[in-house]
Amino acid sequence: MSKIVLDFEKPLVQLEEKLAEMRAFAQNGNGRVNTELANEISTMERKVEDLRASIYRNLTRWQRVQLARHPERPYTQDYIYMIFQDFMELHGDRAFGDDKAIIGGFAKLKDANGFSQSVAVIGHQKGRDTKSNLYRNFGMANPEGYRKALRIMKLAEKFKKPVVTFIDTPGAFPGIEAEERGQAEAIARNLFEMSKLETPIICVIIGEGASGGAIGIGVGDRILMLENAWYSVISPESCSSILWRSWSFKEQAAEALKLTAPDLIEFGIIDRIIPEPIGGAHRNPEQTAKTLKEALIEELKPLLQKDRQTLVEERIEKFGKMGVVSSE
Amino acid sequence: MSWYKRERPSVLTEKKRDMPEGLWWKCDECGATIHRKQLEDHLYTCPSCGNHFRISPQKYFEILFDGEKFEEFDANLRSADPLHFVDTKRYVDRINSTIKKTGLNDACRNAVGKISGRETVISAMDFGFIGGSMGSVVGEKVARAIDKSLALKAPLVVISQSGGARMMEAALSLMQMAKTSARLTRLHKAGIPYISLLTDPTTGGVTASFSMLGDFNLAEPGALIGFAGPRVIKETIRRELPNGFQRAEFLQEHGFVDKIVPRRELKETLSQLFDLVCD
Repeated sequence: MSKIVLDFEKPLVQLEEKLAEMRAFAQNGNGRVNTELANEISTMERKVEDLRASIYRNLTRWQRVQLARHPERPYTQDYIYMIFQDFMELHGDRAFGDDKAIIGGFAKLKDANGFSQSVAVIGHQKGRDTKSNLYRNFGMANPEGYRKALRIMKLAEKFKKPVVTFIDTPGAFPGIEAEERGQAEAIARNLFEMSKLETPIICVIIGEGASGGAIGIGVGDRILMLENAWYSVISPESCSSILWRSWSFKEQAAEALKLTAPDLIEFGIIDRIIPEPIGGAHRNPEQTAKTLKEALIEELKPLLQKDRQTLVEERIEKFGKMGVVSSE
Repeated sequence: MSWYKRERPSVLTEKKRDMPEGLWWKCDECGATIHRKQLEDHLYTCPSCGNHFRISPQKYFEILFDGEKFEEFDANLRSADPLHFVDTKRYVDRINSTIKKTGLNDACRNAVGKISGRETVISAMDFGFIGGSMGSVVGEKVARAIDKSLALKAPLVVISQSGGARMMEAALSLMQMAKTSARLTRLHKAGIPYISLLTDPTTGGVTASFSMLGDFNLAEPGALIGFAGPRVIKETIRRELPNGFQRAEFLQEHGFVDKIVPRRELKETLSQLFDLVCD
């Protein structure tokens, strides 16, 4: 069980603690087999399993948002080290500075069956504690972050290497300096350039996919999303504050926004859901990374075979189809 | 018909939606009293201080197209409420009442006509329709304006006036940013000029996509232009914002707008630009 317990996980934790107590009590019984207690323990074990399944198989949208923000959830760096080899981080946008909220570089993607491919890897990076969160600006990028990302993507295009991006941000940073340096232009430029980048791009929403800050590195040939990640135009809290004029309707806002992976695959916004271990990615990061790695290689293989012009045309068409209008 | 515009409107979005019904108009910048006729002569700018009042796509079409003649296209597109979105109101009801109130089908109108004899496509947004927000319809209309421009080999002008992406279409709204930006790459490849005119206000998802991607970014004087809204920035950094922050002049100073164009010079500036790059 993880150290941090979300509100909806509390009943489960209480049962698990009770089960642990019973087991401890059984062990103190000097080896005497107490069939009655053994039976009780196995009943309790079933109860725990049932409750676990019923909680995690029926997650509400807001509960998924909570899992997506879980402080122990794997971040971009964790996936880079679990999935790739020989990662070489590159710094700076060559114009202003080095944004710590977006990291990127080149790495090798290899598997046991002989697949080996250099790729550019780029992603938002959050911190785990106050200090590292301040350093990473909570994963909220400034314009130079998006421009660094673009610079690395252009290098990938030049060297004919595919691009993998990891999306995990509460939003692009809303600050005075960000506006001065053109936050909007930086994101817009990335959308434009990523649309016509002549190399395969796979984007993975691993945690939070909030608005322009997320899509700023989110235009690709294949869009994958972790089972408990969220992706939308606004966070449930901000949506609640604007439409309900109060911060307390976040659950309803999350429902209305339909921001989960199962929702988005229906709208054709994402292509594939990456299943997480029961309870969320943080319960078993290695397992999550393994599943994601297999999916990445599987998705990458056909893209690498495609002609570059076709790839770009199909990408423009893919996004061109998004949206629902009526014309009566 | 009232003598003055209401001093304190009860609903914020009605504030500067479009021109008043009344015969007289009071400039909210300098307080000057302006007669309707005078206002029209000055293309809805204040004759005393030059303040630019917010105007509708219809007015831009009349100001820019020769002889006020133009052909509107794709006017029938409407939101289909794909998410069945409900907040304090149903989105579908919000759409229907706004359609009734404004006579528009959504926050964007497309038209083709001639500017100084040159065929031009204009896609213009209307803040009066749910804050000019971009959902599937606005995204689709901008995309179709790009297609039209490609088909006619005619320059494209997009006039932005928007609070950003439309929340009630959630991720689908967000995707319109990618959709329109991706489509613009085709204009780029075809060598057709794209002019983005940023008017008051242009913020959020619109700024962070097609509005900032003009070959030429023009702006009306004093227009609020930004990624995040001033209120959000203030709440985040807990600091007062500098004077003139996120105004058109600020953006030009920081290198994101080519030229600030007063409305009376707009048509001439567009023709001159087309002459310079097309002929």
